[in-house]
Amino acid sequence: MPRYEQTPCLAALPPTDNKISFWSIGNNGPSGLEDGFEGDPQLLCEHKHDGDVLDLQFLDQDKIVTASSTGAVTIFRHHQNSQTVSVSQRWARAHRYPCDNAPCTGVVCSSPEIVTVGEDGRIILFRADQEGVMRVIENADSSTIHAVTYLRTTEILTVNSIGQLKLWDFRQQSNSPSQILSLSGDRVPLHCVDRHPNQQHIVATGGQDGMLCVWDVRQGNTPFSLMEAHSTEMWEVHFHPTNPDHLFTCSEDGSLLHWETSAHSEMPSFLQGKNNSMISRSAMAPAGGNQSLISAWLSGDSSKGRLETTHMLPSQTLSVNSLDVLGQCLVCGTDGEAIFVNRQVPV
Amino acid sequence: MEEVDVEPAVTNIPAASNGTHLGFAWGPGDILVYETLYKTSGAKGSGCPFVHEVRKDEDIYSPILRKLFNESHHIFVGLQTIREDLPSKNKKPQFVSISKNYRSVIRACMEELQQVAELIWNLCEVLFIEAAPAGSLLLHLLDWVRLHKADVDEKAREVLANRDMFRVWQVVSYVLQGRLEEARQMLVKQATLQPAARKMYKLMDALLSKMPFYNPGGTQTLTEFDVKWRHWHEEVDRCLQDNSFASNKHLELICKVLVGDEDTLLEHKDLLSTWYHFLVTRLLFCHPTVKPTELHYYAQSCMTMFLDPRSVPEPLDSILLAAFEFDIHQVIKDCSIALNNWWFVAHLTDLLDHCKLLQSHNLHFGSNLREFLLLEYASGLFTHHSLWQLAVDYFDHCPEFGRVYLELQIERVPLDTERKALKVLRICEQRQMSEQVRSICKIMAMRALRNNRLGSALSWSIRAKDAAFATLISEKFLQDYCARGTFSDLDLIDNLGPAMLLSDRLTFLGKYREFHKLYGEKRFSEAAKLLLSLMTAKIAPRSFWMTLLTDALPLLEQKEVIFSADQTHELMFCLEELTSSLNNTTPGTDRPMQDEDIEVTKVELLRLALARNLAMAIVKEGTVEA
Repeated sequence: MPRYEQTPCLAALPPTDNKISFWSIGNNGPSGLEDGFEGDPQLLCEHKHDGDVLDLQFLDQDKIVTASSTGAVTIFRHHQNSQTVSVSQRWARAHRYPCDNAPCTGVVCSSPEIVTVGEDGRIILFRADQEGVMRVIENADSSTIHAVTYLRTTEILTVNSIGQLKLWDFRQQSNSPSQILSLSGDRVPLHCVDRHPNQQHIVATGGQDGMLCVWDVRQGNTPFSLMEAHSTEMWEVHFHPTNPDHLFTCSEDGSLLHWETSAHSEMPSFLQGKNNSMISRSAMAPAGGNQSLISAWLSGDSSKGRLETTHMLPSQTLSVNSLDVLGQCLVCGTDGEAIFVNRQVPV
Repeated sequence: MEEVDVEPAVTNIPAASNGTHLGFAWGPGDILVYETLYKTSGAKGSGCPFVHEVRKDEDIYSPILRKLFNESHHIFVGLQTIREDLPSKNKKPQFVSISKNYRSVIRACMEELQQVAELIWNLCEVLFIEAAPAGSLLLHLLDWVRLHKADVDEKAREVLANRDMFRVWQVVSYVLQGRLEEARQMLVKQATLQPAARKMYKLMDALLSKMPFYNPGGTQTLTEFDVKWRHWHEEVDRCLQDNSFASNKHLELICKVLVGDEDTLLEHKDLLSTWYHFLVTRLLFCHPTVKPTELHYYAQSCMTMFLDPRSVPEPLDSILLAAFEFDIHQVIKDCSIALNNWWFVAHLTDLLDHCKLLQSHNLHFGSNLREFLLLEYASGLFTHHSLWQLAVDYFDHCPEFGRVYLELQIERVPLDTERKALKVLRICEQRQMSEQVRSICKIMAMRALRNNRLGSALSWSIRAKDAAFATLISEKFLQDYCARGTFSDLDLIDNLGPAMLLSDRLTFLGKYREFHKLYGEKRFSEAAKLLLSLMTAKIAPRSFWMTLLTDALPLLEQKEVIFSADQTHELMFCLEELTSSLNNTTPGTDRPMQDEDIEVTKVELLRLALARNLAMAIVKEGTVEA
């Protein structure tokens, strides 16, 4: 069900009329309507934005951080009472070349810290409550850094355009990564990265060839598994925040995929009997916990057989640039200047 | 299309006044005007580099129309994928449903003023796409009039405060639109208020209920229907003749309408509001079995009767008349003038072309009408910063010139970010536009180079498989190394993989870095072997040989022998080759003496080290053999 807004939130946008818009899509809790449709999303307020919005993330309840193609990093504040937006802080030309602007390609927040990356290959650490820059890693990458995410409180992960996944530790003073993992063979550019919400060593990335890579950053320098997903660039990958057996990816080919590892089917012991897998699992898995502690994403080749993918959009021709998922609600924005909201994602 | 259809508006451009010759290009809402070097005979206009942009219509940039463009794009793409080989019988319902989709998009996305577009589209759908035969033709036309009358009902409710007047008005309106059921319901209510005239109301009710309508799905033939209808018509006429309704003006009026009395209809122009409503009403009560071919005759006469003879017909009137005349090309032509963007005509023409209605017509310019209009529309989209991606699909479906247009336009998309460049690149790669792929990568590589981002620059030239540019960047890396003694962007160079083979210089760069790595890991003999092979296999450029030989020095100075006697001989040969070629080429005059001295010392040092190493190697090799 296409839902329009005047400008797509996360799509590449023209410099003249870019906006940051706040929408209300209604709560997805129990409502009076039995069919689950609560009407059109409501535009709450909007604010002009200089340059294309290449990435954005909520800092806290009412603040949002954007990455601009002008290299600026901006914190917008949403005033709930008056339904207005204002700029609460702005670092102009945070990312730059000596005599030109460099687009800021990615942002990640862990309030009050903000980390941004850009085409200039720099990693910048800000604090929302301080005007200055906390730390800059110059020349962190010789190519463009496309995305960034937190691994732990002091460690971040970046992906670049030569197929590398780099791990940075802010506790160390050196300006070199603490670990480099890379794709073997062709250096396929990576565009997005996300970390498993519970098991922090599991990382998913997507790249130019549309493949989904799952990495175990504790071991090996190459991806743990590669799965064919999209036919062209994968722009974003997200684990479901509370149910990480589910993963969502979107792509330039206009598709939005829902991945599900059916780890549960393996779990009930009464179905397993006394076979080897039972023993091997108990030997491997640490004691305690009711979830499968050996993640389904890292269970090797057999995981391919137990992985189900579902298309979440009707046939589409234009790129799906961005997505986010929370609870049963999935939102994505496309180059067709549309935002799709699905309030009943089966997770 | 030679004559000027509408006098163009005049926009004053200051620069034009001094006699310079102007050129221009169209955008979706803008015209780009620029001064040219062209000299008119006599006038002394001189060229001037200024470019002026004249903005005329900001409509195209309104969010409402952007919605229309985006939504209709889906329908367009869907239409193009309807298979050619289906029998035309199966295709017609598909075309009709696509036409309806377009109309609902117009309704949803365009503001009130644009509803006229939907009115025209709907009529074209009925006449050309449905191509309804006699009998059902009238039913379709009735639907058409009813659909676009709804707003008039609303207006009337506001105007007529008097409720009784309103009721009378509405009953007649219903009858004029052939909505007899609704009319009867209203009459029943009125009859209860006038018990004395109950008989008359009953008679009218009977007449209304008996009026036959053609049922295209039924078993009744058109002739049978015609006979039945004539009986009914005579009966109504009889009632009128014997003054059955003489005592009630209101009912008599309805009766006159039912019999199709032209004068009565014309007296109620305000209820009909348009000549085409008059036309449909007249057909309903006089010629219900009208054939498509007869339509134009009735349309023309209704228009003449209805409109003030002194008034000039509005563009809409001529468009509708042309449609009733089945002159598709006139409709398209008039629409492109009357509606101020290409959206309408491009999509309508495309749909009509799929219905095989435009085959016979070829333009004296371009390929055909469909393609011409689609190209114009898509070119307009391409100039828009956000809608340009939609245009790609339109160009894809223009077999003759679409590719050329796309090639020309795609190079003009501003590449603000790498992400946008990747999107453009993907479009080109999917269409095997290798020329454009190369050019985009080159632009991005040049930009990276300008910003001193050698790693990015190299990545882009690798993507384009641009060997020459990769060589240039490799040179830069090597220069950097010579100047600073360390490599920049190690993460990239160490990770070249198969891309290393793109150019010789890049291969050398990769291999040379490998040498440093081996050396750093103290794998000396492997390092030595690699270093030598770089020169003997001619991978290293001659200009770099001195650096390589200097790199060999520390290996030669190691305690243990690393270069074998044979290898040392080869190194010596390399050094001699280098010095002799240097002596031949450089006369040494323009070179500062200091540099020359350093060079000479270096060579001396190397000769010494090589000689010592050779001696050691011979001794060692002799010892082992013995």
